[in-house]
Amino acid sequence: MSDTILETRDLTKHYGGVHALEGADFVLKRGEHVAIMGDNGAGKSTFVRQITGVEQRTRGDIIFDGKPVHFAGPLEAREAGIETVFQTLALADDLDVPDNLFLGREKLRFKLGPFSILDYKGMREATLAGLEKTAVKIPNIRNTIRNMSGGQRQCVAIARTATFASKLTIMDEPTAALGVQETAQVENIIRTLKEQGESLILVSHNMRQVFDLVDRIVVFRRGRIVANLMKEDTDGQDVVAYITGAKTGAEYEGAA
Amino acid sequence: MAEASHGTGGLTFDKTKRQWPNEMNVFGALILIVAIFEGLGALIMGQSFLFDSNDRFDSIFNEARLKIIILQVAIIGIIALGVTQVIISGGIDLSSGSVVGATAMIAMSFAQVAEVNGNPNPKAVFGPAWMDLPILVPIMVGLLCGIFAGMINGLFVAYARIPPFIATLGMMVSARGVAKWWTSGQPISFPTESYAAIGKGMMPVIIFVVLAVLFHLVMKYTLYGKHTYAIGSNEDAARMSGINVARHKVLVYTIAGMLAGVSAIVLTSKNLTAQSGMGIIYELDAIAMAVIGGVSLAGGRGSIIGTVIGALIFGVIISGFTFLRLDAFYQEMVKGGIIVGAVVLDQWRQQRAARRA
Repeated sequence: MSDTILETRDLTKHYGGVHALEGADFVLKRGEHVAIMGDNGAGKSTFVRQITGVEQRTRGDIIFDGKPVHFAGPLEAREAGIETVFQTLALADDLDVPDNLFLGREKLRFKLGPFSILDYKGMREATLAGLEKTAVKIPNIRNTIRNMSGGQRQCVAIARTATFASKLTIMDEPTAALGVQETAQVENIIRTLKEQGESLILVSHNMRQVFDLVDRIVVFRRGRIVANLMKEDTDGQDVVAYITGAKTGAEYEGAA
Repeated sequence: MAEASHGTGGLTFDKTKRQWPNEMNVFGALILIVAIFEGLGALIMGQSFLFDSNDRFDSIFNEARLKIIILQVAIIGIIALGVTQVIISGGIDLSSGSVVGATAMIAMSFAQVAEVNGNPNPKAVFGPAWMDLPILVPIMVGLLCGIFAGMINGLFVAYARIPPFIATLGMMVSARGVAKWWTSGQPISFPTESYAAIGKGMMPVIIFVVLAVLFHLVMKYTLYGKHTYAIGSNEDAARMSGINVARHKVLVYTIAGMLAGVSAIVLTSKNLTAQSGMGIIYELDAIAMAVIGGVSLAGGRGSIIGTVIGALIFGVIISGFTFLRLDAFYQEMVKGGIIVGAVVLDQWRQQRAARRA
């Protein structure tokens, strides 16, 4: 087993004449937490959408867990072990926590096509175990999502990664819409994931959060990767310089 | 500290935030409406609405009235079970009344006897070879008619992506046309004895209750039910989770059509005749039962139990009007008001839920 969980080579996405992502070479080690930063329209979300199969890349290779992959959709990516927490939470408001965690991959007690009997008990137990693992605090898992705060909803979305043995978690601005306390709660979960050796890609605008949580920062600008910085070797001002274009990483000279 | 803590991660579960089941509110409304009629009965009629005030029965209840209340909503209630599932999935079915009409005509024409009092059946649709058929034939024909109509609804909604309102409106008009075309508008009568037994006496109630229990279990404990709620709640999330949304919708509309077919069989058997005008505005009554019972027109919320209570509220109001000796005209006027009122209530609940979120 190699220690690289994800690698992209020359990953490129064009929308007609718009070069949203150009030749991205990216490596993520097992258990590593990497932040992707950049201005709006820098290509961060485009990059994530290619990896998770939401969109089909124009060219380039994605090697996940040692094998080249071509995901036809987010579902295939999820089955391969990539869990994504999307900006727009993909939760069903009228269902409770276990229902949402297991939506589309329910535990069954008796198989009978669409009329298979659900194993509620098994799903509840697995949910509790998953929540315990991530230290996610949800007062009552049998509450519907509708009655939960934004932070709790985000936690439910994140808890999916812990409930299913995923190999890579991608979070796209998980705290953008949250208050101070809720943000702290989500950040704690991310720390727990780190302790458990989960690999993570975190897309964030929040400099403090990034320096608190990750090992390495990759900066995107105008569709290209312009810097690859270990946390210890950099600071906030430095990163801002890369984001705004005042500086470009030595190995990426001429790229942007 | 609340003693009943189901919290994880050390948080106690706040009891005040516990969800009060909506069905309890609906049930409360049922009790309230019964109480109003009891009060009016004591005031105006000098007799009780639901209780046995004249010692005519062995129990404390006026059994005759109870039976009528349930019997008169059972047949539309069967349709409402299907409509409930369609609305929970985020759709609407306006075709069920017309599907009842078309199914009634077609199924009944396979249930006729050859001879009435020694003479050939005066209302015969087919030749003698197609008469006195085993009971299974008209039942299968009726179910297949309903399934066929429902499946077409579902295919248009799910694959042609036509709004459910329009797709089922088209079916409403077309199915009524089929009902009239089948015998050029002539009624069909004289069913076989076994066919007539299906809707005899309290049989419609038994069929309604059995189907209600069955679909309550299906909606609550099976993959089908869970996915129906998920699609109505957040269709994109359901799709992202790998649910085959289109295929599921076809199944939901097909089951609704099948239940309309069952309703048509029970109705024609009970009335011993089929007419092309059967089932007119049943779809609205069925939708009203569901909405009164707490099924949200926005999808995702509601239950079979709620719809059954909604059907009972419907029956109580109609019986109550008869009890107070009010004209049938008033009944219709009030029924219209109830349907609109139920939707207004649903809108209000949705807005309140949106504000809270």
